[in-house]
Amino acid sequence: MGEVIVVTSGKGGVGKTTTTANLGTALAQSGARVCLVDADIGLRNLDVVLGLENRIVYDLVDVVEGFCRLRQALIRDKRLEGLHLLPAAQTKDKTSVTPEQMRELTQELRQEFEFVLIDSPAGIEQGFKNAIAGVDRALIVATPEVASVRDADRIIGLLEAAEIPPAKLIVNRLRPQMVRRGDMMSVEDIIDILAIDLIGVVPEDEQIVVTTNRGEPAALIQGSRAGEAYRNIARRIAGEEVPFMDLDANSGFLDRLRRMFGQA
Amino acid sequence: MWMRNSSKQIAKDRLRNVLVHDRADTSPDFMSNLRDDLMRVVSEYMEVGQSGADFQLQSVDDHVALIANIPVKQVRRGRRPGNN
Ligand SMILES: Nc1ncnc2c1ncn2[C@@H]1O[C@H](COP(=O)(O)OP(=O)(O)O)[C@@H](O)[C@H]1O
Ligand SMILES: [Mg+2]
Repeated sequence: MGEVIVVTSGKGGVGKTTTTANLGTALAQSGARVCLVDADIGLRNLDVVLGLENRIVYDLVDVVEGFCRLRQALIRDKRLEGLHLLPAAQTKDKTSVTPEQMRELTQELRQEFEFVLIDSPAGIEQGFKNAIAGVDRALIVATPEVASVRDADRIIGLLEAAEIPPAKLIVNRLRPQMVRRGDMMSVEDIIDILAIDLIGVVPEDEQIVVTTNRGEPAALIQGSRAGEAYRNIARRIAGEEVPFMDLDANSGFLDRLRRMFGQA
Repeated sequence: MWMRNSSKQIAKDRLRNVLVHDRADTSPDFMSNLRDDLMRVVSEYMEVGQSGADFQLQSVDDHVALIANIPVKQVRRGRRPGNN
């Protein structure tokens, strides 16, 4: 039976959809059967990031309302064996699905797939409650900014209250040069404040914009730093121990992280 | 390595302060549990007015302070910690 993992953040625009697309791609690349669920109902996005927008026939709301079977709504990615998308509805809103329905849906999906990744909407209201219903674990995406880390802290509290096992943190859009000159919070600063485990750090990378334009996740591209970071996180999700990347050309950063995780 | 007033340091300080308030405010029983526990300890040393007591987290300069205003009626004579 597969695992259901939510990608969430509280704040919008920090990289949940980008992360879901890339982790799904990287997990499928390593041979896993993966289903990505776009739980951002009314603001469908994951389909375009994956380049699958032209193939949508049915969506998540059609499935829960019984207009079609789950199988009919799943889009199979032609580039990557094993990668599937369950798109969000674009013309409905978050109240058209209940947490109970989401729990049933993910329960059905985990029979078929090794990994079910849920792309959560921003916020802490019904859309968030739907996205976390029935998940086994959570990944929190935060950028090194006050508002993003603050919202992440709130989400961690809500996940605890929902009795979901301790979430893991992905720090996205890190700019090592800015950290070095004292103009951006470091990964250590953030984990120190949030007191949760880190599962990966994704650097700010122009390739994300380029690959998103093309609808081909960066994880498919060799030589993309963000893509490499996502591939590493996917391996950690699958249970492998992968050393943290050296994002800082002048080093120091990696050594500190290693020390922190007892790998030095 | 970096100056005390780098924007990174400012971000960290602001974040810590804002999270003190957030965590206390979003946990429904936090302040009332804290109040009950503190009142219990304080009453071992002095007779206090339970009803007039006031506890608040307040931002003061660059940090957050726990401000307690507890009416004291009488100090218990010869009272020392651990002396029941
Ligand atoms: N590591 C990164 N480097 C550069 N741009 C990024 C990175 N991660 C995300 N972005 C960009 O940030 C924007 C918001 O990302 P998105 O995944 O849609 O966030 P969310 O789903 O949390 O709202 C997008 O334009 C995306 O391309
Ligand atoms: Mg999104």
